[in-house]
Amino acid sequence: MKKVTLRPKDKEYMFLDADNVTPDNFAGKTLDEVRAVEIYEGNRTYALGDYFDVIGETDPDPNEIGIVIDGSVPKVKYIGMKMSAGKLLVKGSVGMYAGGWMTGGRLRVNGDAGAYAGIAMEGGELVIDGNAGDYVGANYRGDWRGMKGGKIVVSGNAGSDIGEAMVGGEIVVKGNADLQAGIHAHGGKIVIEGDAESRVGAQMTKGDIIVLGKIGYWLPGFIYKKDDQIDYDGKQYAVKVYQGDRGEGGKGTLYYAGA
Amino acid sequence: MRTATDVVCPFCGTLCDDIEVDVDDAEKICATRNACIIGDNKFMTAQAPDRHLHPRIRRGGELVESTMDEAINKAAEILVNAKHPLLYGWSSTHCEAQEAGMALAEGVGGTMDNTSVCCHGPSVLAIHTVGISSCTLGEIINRADIVLYWGCNPVNAHPRHMSRYSLYKRGFFTERGKSDRTEIVIDVRRTETAQKADIFLQPEQGRDYELMNALRVAFRGGPLPESVAGIPRAEIEKVAQMLKDGRFGILFFGMGLTMTRGKHRNIDIAISLTADLNTYTKFLIMAMRGHYNVAGADQVSLWECGFPYAVDFARGFPRYNPGESSATDILARKEADAALIIAADPGAHFPIDMVRTLASIPMIAIDPHVTPTTEIASVHIPSAIVGIEDAGSAYRMDNVPIRMRKVVEPPEGVLTDQEIIERIHRRVMELQGLEVPEVTAVKEPAEALAPSAFDDILQRAT
Amino acid sequence: MSEILVKNGYVYDPKNGVNGDVMDIAIRDDKIVDAVSPTAKVIDASGKVVMAGGIDIHAHIAGPKVNVGRNMRPEDKLFNTSKRGKMTRSGGGFSVPSVFETGYVYSRMGYTQANEAAMPPLLARHTHEEMADTPLIDQSAYTLLGNNWLVMEYIKRGEKDKLNAFVAWMLHATKGYCVKLVNPGGSEAWGWGMNCVNISDPVPYFDVMPSEIISGLAEANEALNLPTSIHLHANNLGHPGNYQTTLDSIKLLEGVLPRDGKIRDQVINFAHMQFHSYGGTTWKDFETEAQPIADSINKNKNMTVDVGFVTLDETTTMTADGPMEYYLHNTNHLKWANADIELETAAGVVPYIYSPKISVCGIQWAIGLELALLIDDPMQAFITTDHPNAGPFRRYPRIISWLMSNQARLDRLETLHKVVPDRVAIGGISRVFDFYDIAKMTRAGPARALGLGDMKGHLGVGADADVAIYNYNPKTMDPTTDPAGIEKTFKNTAYTIKGGDIVVIDGEVVSKGNKRTIWVDATNGSMDPAVLDDIEKKFVRFYSVTMNNYPVQDEYVARGLVVKPEVA
Repeated sequence: MKKVTLRPKDKEYMFLDADNVTPDNFAGKTLDEVRAVEIYEGNRTYALGDYFDVIGETDPDPNEIGIVIDGSVPKVKYIGMKMSAGKLLVKGSVGMYAGGWMTGGRLRVNGDAGAYAGIAMEGGELVIDGNAGDYVGANYRGDWRGMKGGKIVVSGNAGSDIGEAMVGGEIVVKGNADLQAGIHAHGGKIVIEGDAESRVGAQMTKGDIIVLGKIGYWLPGFIYKKDDQIDYDGKQYAVKVYQGDRGEGGKGTLYYAGA
Repeated sequence: MRTATDVVCPFCGTLCDDIEVDVDDAEKICATRNACIIGDNKFMTAQAPDRHLHPRIRRGGELVESTMDEAINKAAEILVNAKHPLLYGWSSTHCEAQEAGMALAEGVGGTMDNTSVCCHGPSVLAIHTVGISSCTLGEIINRADIVLYWGCNPVNAHPRHMSRYSLYKRGFFTERGKSDRTEIVIDVRRTETAQKADIFLQPEQGRDYELMNALRVAFRGGPLPESVAGIPRAEIEKVAQMLKDGRFGILFFGMGLTMTRGKHRNIDIAISLTADLNTYTKFLIMAMRGHYNVAGADQVSLWECGFPYAVDFARGFPRYNPGESSATDILARKEADAALIIAADPGAHFPIDMVRTLASIPMIAIDPHVTPTTEIASVHIPSAIVGIEDAGSAYRMDNVPIRMRKVVEPPEGVLTDQEIIERIHRRVMELQGLEVPEVTAVKEPAEALAPSAFDDILQRAT
Repeated sequence: MSEILVKNGYVYDPKNGVNGDVMDIAIRDDKIVDAVSPTAKVIDASGKVVMAGGIDIHAHIAGPKVNVGRNMRPEDKLFNTSKRGKMTRSGGGFSVPSVFETGYVYSRMGYTQANEAAMPPLLARHTHEEMADTPLIDQSAYTLLGNNWLVMEYIKRGEKDKLNAFVAWMLHATKGYCVKLVNPGGSEAWGWGMNCVNISDPVPYFDVMPSEIISGLAEANEALNLPTSIHLHANNLGHPGNYQTTLDSIKLLEGVLPRDGKIRDQVINFAHMQFHSYGGTTWKDFETEAQPIADSINKNKNMTVDVGFVTLDETTTMTADGPMEYYLHNTNHLKWANADIELETAAGVVPYIYSPKISVCGIQWAIGLELALLIDDPMQAFITTDHPNAGPFRRYPRIISWLMSNQARLDRLETLHKVVPDRVAIGGISRVFDFYDIAKMTRAGPARALGLGDMKGHLGVGADADVAIYNYNPKTMDPTTDPAGIEKTFKNTAYTIKGGDIVVIDGEVVSKGNKRTIWVDATNGSMDPAVLDDIEKKFVRFYSVTMNNYPVQDEYVARGLVVKPEVA
C-alpha cells in the first residue's frame, strides 16, 4: 500500500470542503496532480496544495492508497466522502460529514468527528477514537433509507439522532449517546456501551438496539417482552428485551442491560 | 380622508386581510379597524416622526449618514469580497423581495436563510421526514370540532387566530362556532390560551415527545405505564379517545414544541400522531407560523432551488442541511465572513455568541427601523414597510398566498426591500464584470379607497 | 425585426400534412412566415428532424402541491442539483425539479409549452408566482372546479346559467385556462375522510353524484365555448378493477359534440388514462384492461386522453385526489402530505418507487404503452407521465423510444417481474410509431385538444415560432432498432426556438426566453349580480380570505396571453 501524507500548512481558513480527498480520487494521479485537487473555502476554489503539504506516493488502484492527514483538521468537512476503497487516517479531529456516503475502505479518525459522520454510509469501516457529533450514521434529510451497511465505531460519546432511519450495518458507541438513538430505524444494529439519553429507538419499526448502560427516560412505546442473555464482545450480559416503537406499530428490538 | 379596505396586516402568520385603514388628507394613517392591538400598532407607528430615513455607513466606529449610492456600493463590495456571505432574514418582506434575494445569494455564492431557522425550521425538518397532513384555515372554520393547541399560545401570539379561524368562528358544518367545538390545550405552562380550554394537560417540561408517543400507543390499545410526562394513564387514554371520536380534528402547534427538547422530533411525532388518527377520523395539523411571510420565504426558496431555507450556494449549486447550512449554526461556527440581514432582527433574537459573530464581520442591515441589528451593522439602509408602503405576495401560516396592499407611499427617498436588493445585485454584477440586466421592478401606486382586484366587468353591476 | 430560416430539415407537421418532407421554415419575430429576407439567420437543419415545439398537456410543475413535493423530498435533490451557468440559475430535483430546472429541461427536450394540470383556486396566486418564475416555456394552469361547493350547489339546483357564470368568474379570478375535475365529489368527501369511488356515489351533504358534476361542468364548458374541453381525473384512480368506473365516465358524454368543432374535436380529455385502465380485483390478480378503454376511445372521437406513462423510476406522486394519496400512503408506508383547500379541493403527496422488480409496477408500465398503441388515432392520445406521478417528464425521450421500437419494449418486458407478461398484452402488440405519429402525440394533438391548434403545435404560416430541431436523420437511421439513439435525440435538441427566440443550442440553454402565461377570460364583459351575491356569501361566511383579496391580480400575469372565447 502506498502512503500519501497531507500535512496541514499553517494557514487560516473559516472551513474547507474536502470532498475530493479520498483514495478513489487520488488513484492514478501524480503527487502534483494530487496537490492540484480542488478544495473549497466557501465560494472560492483552491488547490489542496495551498492548504496541505502533500508527500508520499500514489497508486493507480485506490485499494492500494492510504491517505494520512497528519494533524487535526476540525474545520475540514467531507473528508472521505463517498470513498469506496483504500484507507484514510486522520491524526487528529475532523469536521462534519467524515466518511459520509462511503461505500468501502477504512477511515480512522484519531480525534473527534463533527456532526454527520458516516451519514448515509453503505459500506466500509469508520472508526472514531474520540467523540462524535450528532447524526452519526444517520440519513440525509428526508431519506427513509439511512445507513445501509458498513460499520461505525465511536470510542467516545456520540450526539443525538445516531443511526436515524438505519436500514443496515452497525454502529457501536463505546461511551454514551444522546437523544433519539436509532430513531426511525428499519433495520441494522446499534450498540451503546454506556448510557443512552431518552427516546432510544423512537419511531423505529425494525432493527436491534443494545444498551448496556442506563436509559434516561423510558419511552412508553417500548413493551417488555422477556428476560434474556446476550453475548456481546465476548461477554455475557443479562438483558431485558423490549419491542417497539409500538406507537409506530414497530417491531424493533431493544436489549437493555441497564448496568 | 380615505379608507383602504381589505388591507392585509404585515405582522403575524395569521395574515388577517380584513383590515380597514383610514388615511387623512396629508396621507397620514390615522386609524385602523379590525386589527388586533399588535397589528394596529404596526400601522399606527409606521409613520412615526422619528423613523430613520437615510442610509448609514459605519465610519470610524460610528454609523454616519450616506447617500443611497454610497450605501448600495458599500453593500455590494462587502458581498463581492466575501468567501461565504450569509443572507438572512426575509420573513417580514414580500415574496418579490425574497426572489430578488435568492438571485443575489446565488450571484454572490452565499447562504440564503430565513427566520424559519429560529421558529418553525424544525417543523420543516419533520415534514422532510414524515410529510404533513394539513389544510387551509377555512377547513377549520367549516369543519373542525376538535381543536388542539399544543405548545402554542394564540391568545398572546396570534391574537385573532381563534376568533377568525380556529375556535369561535361559525362555519358551514360548525354553525354554533365554539359550542360546536372542543378545545384541548397541552402546554407546559398554564397559558392564557389554556385558561378557557375544555381540557388542559400540563406535561413535564421536555417530555412532550414522550406524551405524544403515549397517545399513539393509546390509539393502538396500550399498554401504557402508570403515567407519562407526569400525566396519569387515565387522562392520556381519555384524551386519546376524544381525539379518535371527533368528526374533524386539528392540532395547532407552536414554538413550545419546535424549540424545546428534541425540536423537530416533537413535530415529527406530532405529525405522525395526526396521521394515525386518520384511521379513525379526519385529523390534520398546522404550524402557527410567526412572521407574516416566513411561510412565503420557505415557498419561494422551495420553488427556486428545491430547498426551503438554509440554502448554501457557495459551490454554485444549492446545498441544504440545517445544522450546517443554517444561519445560527454558521454564525456559531464562525463560518461567515460577511452578512446581509433583511426583514428580521437577529441582533435581538439570536443567542449572544452568534450576535457577537455578526458584529465582528462586515454586515449590511436593511430594515425600516433602527433595531439592535442595524446598530451593529456596517451599512444600514432603511426600507419601505411591506404591506403599508409596498405591495407584494405573502403566505399565511397555512400557505395561502395573499397580496399585501400598499396603503400609503413610502417616505421620500426610501426604497423598497426589493429595489434595494436589486440595486445591490446590479452593483454586484458590475463589480463581477457581468452584464447587468434591465430594471424590471414595477412600482404600484398607493391604492385609493376600496381597492379591488376585480376588473371593472367583475364589479357588481349597480 | 429578427428573422431565422431553418433550412433543409426533415419536417414533421401533421396539421399541415407534412410528413418528413425536406422543407425550409421561415421565422419573423415570433411567428412563422412564408419567406424571410436574405439577411435572415440561417440554421442548417439538413439531416435533422424538425417539428413544432412540444406541448405537455398535463404535468404538475408549478404551484402549492408541487412545492409540498419539493419540501417533502430534499433527498430528491441531493446529488441531483445543477450549477448556475451564464444564462441559467442553479436548481435541482429529479422527480420534482425547481422552476428553473423545469424550464431548462423542457426546453432542452424541444418543448415550448407545458401546462399545470391542477390549480387550487384559493392558491392560484401561488401557481402563478411559480409559472411567472419558470423560464423559457409558455404555461397555463387548469382551475380545479370538480369539488367546488358552489359548483355542486348550482348543479344540485339545476341552475345552469348561474353555473356558467360562476365558471367564467372562477377562470377569470384564478387566471386559469380550463375546467379541471379531479376525483369529482371525492375530494370534498375527503374533507370528512371519505371518498366517492363510483360516479354514482353521492357527495356527503351536497347530495350530488360525481356523474352529475362531470356532465354539469362539461355542459357549462361548452356553453361558455371554452378553448379546451373539461379535463377529468376520473374517480377511483389507481385501484384494481377501476376500468369499469372509467367506462361509466366515458358513457356520460358519448355523442356529445363540442360547441365549436372548428377549434377542437373533444368534449372531454381523460387525464392519465393509464391509471384508470386497471383490471383485477386486488393487487394480487391485478391486470391490464387497456383494450376495452382503448376500444371505447376509438369509438368516441369526441374524447381524448393523455396517457400517463409509467417510466419505472423513483418519483413523487401528487394530486388533488386527497383520498387516493392517503390510500397510497397506507399501501407503501412512505411519508404523506395532505392539503385540503376550503370549499374547493384537496391535495396529497406521497413518494413512490415504481420498481421494475415489482409485478404491479411492471403491469402499470405495460398498460400505458398498450393504451397508446391500441388507440388508433395518435391525435387522441398524448404523451404525458402525469409528471411526476407516473414518472418525471424528463423521461419523455425514453417513452418515445419505447413507442418507436417494439424491440425496446420486448427487451424491457423481459427484465420485469415474471408474472408481468401474463397480465399484459404489450408483448403481442407490434405497432410502432414514426416521427409523424410522435409529432401528433406531442404537438398537433395536444395543441388541438387545448383549442390552440392554429397558434401552436404546427409549422404553418401564422403559427407561433416554436420549433424543435433534433439531431436525427430519419433517412439513414432506424428508430425501431435504435432506442438509445432516439432517447438521446429527444433529450437534447440541436436547436429549440421559442417565440422566435433561439433558447437552446446543442442542449445548452442560451437565452432567458420570452415565456407567457396563457389564460381564459370567458366573462364576456358582464357578470350576473345574483351570482356575485352567491359568491360573496361564501366569502363572508365560509372562506378565510375576503372576496376582494381572492382574485389573482394582473401583476401575476404580467406576461399573460388572454384567450377570449366567442359566444354566439
